[in-house]
Amino acid sequence: MINNVENITVDNLLDKVASKLPLGFRFVTMTCVDCGEHFDILYHFDKNYELTNFRLGLKKGEPLPSISGLIFAALVVENEIQDLFGIKVNGLALDYEGRFLLTETAPERPLCRVPGVMIVEAGKPAEAAEVK
Amino acid sequence: MAKNTIIPFGPQHPVLPEPIQLRLVLDEERVVSAIPVVGYVHRGLEKLAEQKDFLQDTYLIERICGICSFIHSLTYSMGIESMMGLTPPPRAQYLRVIWSELHRMHSHLLAVGLLADAFGFENLFMQLWRTREHIMDAMEATTGARVMLGTCCPGGVRKDIDPELLKFILTTLVTVEKEMDEQMPVLLNDYSVKQRLCGVGILDKQTAYERGAVGPTARASGIAMDLRTHGYAAYGELAVEPMVETDGDCYARTKVRVRELYQSISIIRKAIGQIPAGPINVPFKTKPDGEVIMRAEQPRGEVLYYLKGNGSDMLERLRVRTPTFANIPPVLAMLAGCELADVGVIVISIDPCISCTER
Repeated sequence: MINNVENITVDNLLDKVASKLPLGFRFVTMTCVDCGEHFDILYHFDKNYELTNFRLGLKKGEPLPSISGLIFAALVVENEIQDLFGIKVNGLALDYEGRFLLTETAPERPLCRVPGVMIVEAGKPAEAAEVK
Repeated sequence: MAKNTIIPFGPQHPVLPEPIQLRLVLDEERVVSAIPVVGYVHRGLEKLAEQKDFLQDTYLIERICGICSFIHSLTYSMGIESMMGLTPPPRAQYLRVIWSELHRMHSHLLAVGLLADAFGFENLFMQLWRTREHIMDAMEATTGARVMLGTCCPGGVRKDIDPELLKFILTTLVTVEKEMDEQMPVLLNDYSVKQRLCGVGILDKQTAYERGAVGPTARASGIAMDLRTHGYAAYGELAVEPMVETDGDCYARTKVRVRELYQSISIIRKAIGQIPAGPINVPFKTKPDGEVIMRAEQPRGEVLYYLKGNGSDMLERLRVRTPTFANIPPVLAMLAGCELADVGVIVISIDPCISCTER
């Protein structure tokens, strides 16, 4: 039900994002969704109140290239995704290393909720983690 | 070569209503750059929303923000309605506009009041907040609550406003407008106020666009962007125009909010004049399924909701991008090159809501 979605890959991510900028698109935000075996990363752009979206399927465990070199504003949401989903974002203009929203005592990657990816309570060994 | 100094601005600072830290890199008294540090009020509401059913989420969502709570529940409800193919009745759409604009008014009065406090004009701050109380009274009279109205729900609204209370809102607006007519010339024309605001924290149009600025922050830099003009709820029948200024400084951001206060009065009057009779919600038995993105204009700017349902009571994913989240990169651009003494005023000029930002 989301209109204007184009599927992209890690390989052509930066080219696709760069192609939007000269056309006058505004970067709105990114959304990360845990789909079980992979993450869906959505990149939202706006022009004249119409949203255009890229959808990137990212295998769990793979790093995500940062677009903050192209769009500085993306560094905030990329750091948030790194915190909440445990996705390593490479090339961030400013890398908070997983401590943007979360403190040292917070659960790690709290928005990963499928079997195989665990919520690890700070200070506890991984074996004691609760699988959600 | 002068050595740079790094000082922490916040999280506890007299000018900040909510906790955020800015690590300011200074060359003498001039800010070279700023690094934001957040995470003091992160509550994990997106995670919690996955553990409640989609109707309970309506109440949860309102608690993202203690200022623009109604518009959170409105945007969320519009998203759920889009997934379930529901169209709320016309009267509900008008009621949504009335409560949204009351929220915008109390939020803007709070923001300009805090700004007055930030530059040391405490009397003006108190006057503006006293006026804000009239709006709070109108919300309490029509819903029973001052901020967390709890009236918006998927399918429409839970509560109607009867003709007597609509008259009460109109009477309240007369009082508010009269008081604003006395206060706003001081806010906009006073010599000392202008000294603190004009030419301070400039964000040019190009930078505002590239950094993703939204709301009054974007409109004060010349970007004519206001999602109300797109016509959600009943806004399409109320001819809303974006309030735009071009100077991009703290004064322009304040002026946009002042103009929007008067605009909100006009929208509410028009909505009350045109509100149709009829039901206020539609019944439904379906469950949300699929993906949807919904946006609306909060007092601070564009809010975006991404919702993903699977046909059950529980949502698979609920994501919120709040306006202050979008305005963090622009405020870093405003701070670069400013005087240390202006940092507080610049930060307050975007009307930051940190609880919204961190959720």
